[in-house]
Amino acid sequence: MCNTCGCNITDGNRHLLSPPPNRAAQISTPEKILNGLLDHNDQQARINRTRLDAQGVLTINLMSSPGSGKTSLLESTIRTLQGKLRIGVIEGDLETENDADRIRALDVPVHQITTGTACHLDAHLIHSALDRLDLTKLDLLFIENVGNLVCPASFDLGHHRNVILLSVTEGDDKPAKYPVMFRAADLMLISKTDLLPYLTEFSPVRAEHCLRRLASTAPALHLSARSGEGLADWFGWLAAEIDHYRELLKERQTLTPRVESEGRRLHAPGPQIVFRPLAATT
Amino acid sequence: MHELSLCQNIIDQLTDLAKLHDAVAVARIEVRVGALSGVEAQLLRNAFTLIQAGTIAETAELITEETAPRVTCRTCGAESETLPNNLSCPVCGNLDTKLIDGYELILARVELVRNED
Repeated sequence: MCNTCGCNITDGNRHLLSPPPNRAAQISTPEKILNGLLDHNDQQARINRTRLDAQGVLTINLMSSPGSGKTSLLESTIRTLQGKLRIGVIEGDLETENDADRIRALDVPVHQITTGTACHLDAHLIHSALDRLDLTKLDLLFIENVGNLVCPASFDLGHHRNVILLSVTEGDDKPAKYPVMFRAADLMLISKTDLLPYLTEFSPVRAEHCLRRLASTAPALHLSARSGEGLADWFGWLAAEIDHYRELLKERQTLTPRVESEGRRLHAPGPQIVFRPLAATT
Repeated sequence: MHELSLCQNIIDQLTDLAKLHDAVAVARIEVRVGALSGVEAQLLRNAFTLIQAGTIAETAELITEETAPRVTCRTCGAESETLPNNLSCPVCGNLDTKLIDGYELILARVELVRNED
């Protein structure tokens, strides 16, 4: 999906492809070697999370297909919660400031990441974006990931919760088609429910059943950012998560997305090493 | 997903391992790719051929072992292989399972070439 066109190389991880000339001089340790294959990203993600925790900013990664209503949901959320919570937004898109402009119009701090050709955000891109926001003035940060049900699921950004939107204009079997993404959900939002009367082929029950078959216990809420239906449940979920997060911070703990805390088992025992003599290979 | 940058990470690890063990080349590596890891084994193999050029692993052979999801059922205790998009217990049908395999991305085995002189 990604490596053929090079879209997996972002401004955030490009440096990994051009090792510094003195790399050979860097000291190796067994611990370093045990690290997993996604380790560069995960290390940066841990740094990002520590930084967010230092300021107590609950950070939500919003993921979905393109056009499922992430930005509209953010607009409705900001309009209602503004004044009660200090909200910031990081927008991820391949091109344009359009989404950031919509959020900026609501007088909320926003930073747009344009990824060029890259189809996801990674921890390095978020690290740079965090430099552009005053975290001391935020309670809640939304990261609107690039619209894509494949790649964003594989990158820990240092955020605390994954929220995945499934709009009723899509197929209700999306969780079965994209199990890696939907398994990562801490909350699934079935969006654009005001259109349900016109889209009788979409069954919210079937969509939730597909989610449950991934052994997910994540709640599935129904809402429409346009009509306002169901938004109260979403705000309730956010409030509960903020309370939970603040309690954890008091105990010097943090919150990680369920799928991250499960671990990628990247730190499993190191590789088995076998040696061959040079003569045998020539 | 990001097979190209993952391959760069593999090369970094191989470079470190070769240095640690005074190896002159990497002959063969095995990577375990879980069905729910978000990594496509075929794409990983393709990307590796691009990235290995000019590195210690220039002539290394990459073997991928694809692993299916395995779950243990929290109700009946059975351990079973499942499909990526149906992690319910195949024995009792319960949805409350724990994924124990199929999410991993592991460099499992490395064969290094050493000058025995």
